[in-house]
Amino acid sequence: MAKLNINGKIRDVQVEPDTPLLWAIREQVGLTGTKYGCGVAQCGACSVHINGELVRSCVLPVGGVKPTDKVVTIEGLSSTSSHPVQKAWSALDVPQCGYCQSGQIMAAAALLRKKPKPTDQDIDDAMSNVCRCGTYQRVRAAVHMAAGRKQA
Amino acid sequence: MNTKLSRRRFIVGTAVAGGGLALGIRLPFGASAEAKTAGDAGVEVHAWVVVKPDDTCVIRIARSEMGQGTRTGLAQLVAEELECDWKKVATESITPGENLARKRVWGEMSTGGSRGIRTSQDYVRRGGAAARMMLLQAAADEWKVPVAEVGVANGVITHAASGRRTTYGKVAAAAAKLTPPDPKSITLKDPKDWKIAGKPMKRLDTADKLNGSKVYALDVRLPGMLNAAVKACPVFGGKLVSYDESKIAGRPGVRGVVKVNDSTVAVVADTWWRAKSALEALPIVWDEGAGASQSSATIAKHLEEGLGASEAYAFRNEGDAVGAITGAAKKIEAVYSTPFLAHATMEPMNCTVKLSADRAECWVATQNSEASLAALSEQSGVPLEKCEVYRHDLGGGFGRRGGNQDYVRQAVNIAQHFPGVPIKMIWSREEDMGHDFYRPISQCKLAAGLDDKGNLVGLHVRISGQSINAFVNPAMVANGKDDRQLQGYTARPGDAQLGYTVPNLLIEYAMRNTHVPVGPWRGVNTNQNAVYMECFIEEAARAAGADSLEFRRALMGKHPKHLAVLNAAADKGHWGTPLPAGVHRGIAHFMGYGSYSAAVAEVSVSGEGKVRVHRMVLALDCGHAVNPDQIAAQVEGSVVYGLTAAFYGECKVENGRMTELNFDRYQMLRLAEMPKVETVIVPTYDFWGGVGEPTISVVTPAVLNAIFAATGKPVRSLPLKNLKLV
Repeated sequence: MAKLNINGKIRDVQVEPDTPLLWAIREQVGLTGTKYGCGVAQCGACSVHINGELVRSCVLPVGGVKPTDKVVTIEGLSSTSSHPVQKAWSALDVPQCGYCQSGQIMAAAALLRKKPKPTDQDIDDAMSNVCRCGTYQRVRAAVHMAAGRKQA
Repeated sequence: MNTKLSRRRFIVGTAVAGGGLALGIRLPFGASAEAKTAGDAGVEVHAWVVVKPDDTCVIRIARSEMGQGTRTGLAQLVAEELECDWKKVATESITPGENLARKRVWGEMSTGGSRGIRTSQDYVRRGGAAARMMLLQAAADEWKVPVAEVGVANGVITHAASGRRTTYGKVAAAAAKLTPPDPKSITLKDPKDWKIAGKPMKRLDTADKLNGSKVYALDVRLPGMLNAAVKACPVFGGKLVSYDESKIAGRPGVRGVVKVNDSTVAVVADTWWRAKSALEALPIVWDEGAGASQSSATIAKHLEEGLGASEAYAFRNEGDAVGAITGAAKKIEAVYSTPFLAHATMEPMNCTVKLSADRAECWVATQNSEASLAALSEQSGVPLEKCEVYRHDLGGGFGRRGGNQDYVRQAVNIAQHFPGVPIKMIWSREEDMGHDFYRPISQCKLAAGLDDKGNLVGLHVRISGQSINAFVNPAMVANGKDDRQLQGYTARPGDAQLGYTVPNLLIEYAMRNTHVPVGPWRGVNTNQNAVYMECFIEEAARAAGADSLEFRRALMGKHPKHLAVLNAAADKGHWGTPLPAGVHRGIAHFMGYGSYSAAVAEVSVSGEGKVRVHRMVLALDCGHAVNPDQIAAQVEGSVVYGLTAAFYGECKVENGRMTELNFDRYQMLRLAEMPKVETVIVPTYDFWGGVGEPTISVVTPAVLNAIFAATGKPVRSLPLKNLKLV
């Protein structure tokens, strides 16, 4: 049994403490926007924010998350898909299959919180999520758009 | 527009089997991006079109959406002929059960081979046109005027003479009672007049991919559902001998251990994480079988033998290639190789099955939902008409989720132990990569002869490698005559024609199968075959002292479409103009899936041998370009798929099993390595070609040829990560 603060709500989850946060979010809390891709923190499909920091939730045990830690998933990024990243993603039709895009969007939102006007190098460094459809060119353009600047 | 439409009795769902299906009311589970017709069903005017009172036009989609944009493209084609308001278009995925019950009124559902649009464009456009004609006839009937006097724009019907107007929503019920016109009587629009098709419309299915609300098959949640984790014998062809269930007794949430089939065991638990954890703790004894003695080295030897074997299938034998090469002024020879590759869809294989007393249901991401339905029925023993497949948009397909519905069969076998309980089976990433149907491995030996002027007088290509068809259906390829493995080398125009004319040409195939399961992998055999042909032609051009582009052009006089696309890429890629110091160009072209592709790559190789692809220009003639922005998206994606394979892609075999089981070893291209991609679409409007796959084939050879230009050495094996380039 653990208490988690997910998207501003306190949730009691019945799991073993070594259960990855990803699976508690998906299976106990029932929020399935956060995806399973690799289970070894390689692909980033499971990315969430904890206290504003980008975290790959597939390797973080629930036991390592305090009830006071604020976990935000894709569902909690904005209530109306109005986050600048979501708007830019929509404007440029970034997603193809879409499976990795929750993670891509969470990574981009975390980047822009730290660096509101990221350079291409900043985007290279921060956006390491795997997209098998290959949407990277549009991801880059959309991050720039969300930052309110044209692509360098 | 003056086709006489007679009235008919309106029947919803002419079910041939099972209960009548109330179409337009029943929605596939989880189709959240799609029309919610439940509350306000609207009326089916035509199999492809439902119109709601608020004028929303719901367009039925039979093909699978896996990111390639087919849903939007097909809707554009229907909407174009329907003359509806694009802003009021929604889509709905029909199910294979519905298709079966209505005698396949929606035709083929399988989605592969870049066929989604090109093989259904004609009948879906006719469906849209038929619906328009019926809607106009209904308005004309109501107004008692000849239908020829009635016009429509954006779903608003007008009668100019009387100034009357109405909308699709208002006449839909009356239109639905009319008999559809004979499809053959319909004249489709000239693509030059298109207003919706041919335009860069936004995708219809983006919104719920941005906020986590899209329900993939992996996200299915059903009342009382249990979860299953599976493990198959890591050695292909091996068997399950035993497992010790007592060792996981008492683990939380575990409901059972199931022998899935001869080679697979599953643990079922309340949550997947508990099932997977228990499965990892379960002691399992395998009989690894004969495959355990196989390795990448033994397989390479097996293929090498095929390169020199006296027997091979002569796919093309024109003139006397061997003689011409022997007698040529200059002779070159090379051996190329490409490895097994996994698809690695981002969404791992999964399937949810519920078996009740007289019904079998399945929730799945599939490229071939009718094959899923057949697998569900066959495996469960429940008659087809009592089965249904709720198809979810795929988190990647790339050929993995096509005809071979192994995951459906597994899930059924598990669900048989839990009657009435929905079982969601999810493969771990390791299971997914360890039990794929891999891109077939091959080697290729090429020889060419040049005359004293540097003209190519003879070409001999011998591929030795595994056959997809031999794995899928050995009877299809008796005596090793498997044309599919020669994709891109055919003489026949139309699908995958070689763009060169060589006076003496011999193309052979030595089938050398392995114990590794193989299957189509986005682009299938065009990818390897384009590397072999286009890199070796580059070697020939350099041996002739010719410019890479001019050498190719000289061989392409009889292939104007291939040439036009090559020229388009060369033009936009500024072939022959100066580049910054250290940057080099490579060029390639190929044909597959009915479309012509070419690429120019700008590449640098550092002093340490690190390759950087700076820019790629890709040209594509796919005949008709239904959505240029989504075509560009496919081309951009194809560059990533191609470069991932070129740089990193390799599934090695050790002790009979795959060693690349996750993204740590099976590395993916990341954003930081993405070149700038420019797409040049040069449609000629005289054929319909594919889009999702054709351009991948030219990515790797263009890059390898640029590396050759940079280093002076040809690259003959992949992936690049294994090579020391300088």
